[in-house]
Amino acid sequence: MNWRGIWAIYKFEMHRFRRTLWTGLAVPVITTSLYFIVFGAAIGSRMSEINGIDYGSFIVPGLMMLSLFTESIFNASFGIHMPRFTGTIYEILSAPLSAIETVIGYVGAAATKAMSVALVILITANLFVDVRVEHPVLMLLYLLLVAATFCLFGFIVGIWAKGFEQLQIIPLLIVTPLTFLGGAFYSIEMLPEPWRTITLFNPVVYLINGFRWTFFGTADVPVATSLAATFAFFLTCLGAIWWIFRTGYRLKQ
Amino acid sequence: MSEPILSIRRLRKAYASGTEALKSLDLDIRRGEIFALLGPNGAGKTTMISIVCGIVKPTDGEVLIDGKNWQRHFREARTRIGLVPQELTMDVFEPLLNTVSFSRELFGRRPDPARIEQILKDLSLWDKRKAILKDLSGGMKRRVMIAKALAHEPDILFLDEPTAGVDVELRRDMWELVRRLREGGTTIILTTHYIEEAEEMADRVGVINKGELILVEEKTALMQKLGRKILHLQLTEPLAAVPPELAQWNPQLSDEGATLTYEFDAKADRTGIPSLLTAMRDAGIAFKDLDTKQSSLEDIFVSLVHEQRSAA
Repeated sequence: MNWRGIWAIYKFEMHRFRRTLWTGLAVPVITTSLYFIVFGAAIGSRMSEINGIDYGSFIVPGLMMLSLFTESIFNASFGIHMPRFTGTIYEILSAPLSAIETVIGYVGAAATKAMSVALVILITANLFVDVRVEHPVLMLLYLLLVAATFCLFGFIVGIWAKGFEQLQIIPLLIVTPLTFLGGAFYSIEMLPEPWRTITLFNPVVYLINGFRWTFFGTADVPVATSLAATFAFFLTCLGAIWWIFRTGYRLKQ
Repeated sequence: MSEPILSIRRLRKAYASGTEALKSLDLDIRRGEIFALLGPNGAGKTTMISIVCGIVKPTDGEVLIDGKNWQRHFREARTRIGLVPQELTMDVFEPLLNTVSFSRELFGRRPDPARIEQILKDLSLWDKRKAILKDLSGGMKRRVMIAKALAHEPDILFLDEPTAGVDVELRRDMWELVRRLREGGTTIILTTHYIEEAEEMADRVGVINKGELILVEEKTALMQKLGRKILHLQLTEPLAAVPPELAQWNPQLSDEGATLTYEFDAKADRTGIPSLLTAMRDAGIAFKDLDTKQSSLEDIFVSLVHEQRSAA
């Protein structure tokens, strides 16, 4: 393994994030505060408890997941798309790095950033509501798994995209709608049929509920199903990346 | 003669569009030499380099670095190769020193600030080490590209059009640098379409056109072998026409008859010059000055490419 090479990419990416550290941190803090002002103060007071959980606390895992998805995809896709765009990818391709090492470098850095943002949201949320985390270690592991998965997914998007507008399409048109419809801010138990059943086809439901389980010990779907769904997505992304590097798709002519 | 440091075997590349960029190319690079690959735009120079460096996949054929397949032993192969691409592509928001250190570590080398400092000083970049890349001039950016390629101490260096768009003074510096690198034991393969550059620096020259190597030769041998010499005679009295006594040498008149030009083969035992001069004296044609000129690599190159075109 070329650990130095991986570390070089990781450091480079983290340095890129540090250049925009303050905006990078201000965005999640402000967004979270806005959500709490709107959902917490304005709407939350009219909402009853969900599964015995105060509404303000209930939306925290959903908020974290929403940011985790978008941050992961954005950072990872931008990280690999930028060198393709500027042409500096020549250096990565000509370096003694295997595909997996390149991916670890980029995805590792993007996942670190995405997880940091999610944790900043958790801290900010604590200023508004009292959030208890029943399984903190599992919560962190789950956060890591989802961040890694969506960063892999973002890496694929970054290689697939032909321009910067295409980088935005997947997060805006697919991931954000699926997240809003996937029970980020409500329990799917609250939905009438047939919407409840239809919602079960939304993969994001399993991701959010798995994460929510680590907070409250209860969720809309069994935690094992959530884990299985998350792993399935993770492996699909891994397979796609393996194929990309094997064929050189949009990387090598 | 030791084994070649780099061997290219039957390398072929056909792009999806159907263009055949390389047609079964064979080439051996000797240890420690400066090899100039000469060819017009689109001849396949960059494609060849990109395949050796792992950026483009070949359709067929293989590359051996010290006898080892460059894909099976990709780590070793790539650690030994440095590439300075034609385009000035860099992370423009990064400081110079960071980007060069990054290149070294990316190639798996231990960080070595002293070594990086030496490279930057050799390239007169040390004073600018804290500058952001986008603020540097074009010539400096070109040197940054070289610094990045040298950062991991490769012993095979590819320079793809190193002096394209570089002013005369910087070009001289670049040549000086390449010579110093060679003295340090680095094997250098450079592509260029400035013939002057190949003539100035290369030990051997390869001419590539339409994906085929038309010729590989020692530079001096090449110039001797293909070099035509031209004799110019400044006549005292202009001539209206070539006198019949001189017809067997087939000389040409120019400058309104004031200059007599005779082309001869420099490598031939009998150049025909003494007999021509004797015949001229006998015919009473006097001249006040004479010079001979050897054809440059450029003339050779143009005639080679031209020959190939007319043959096709």
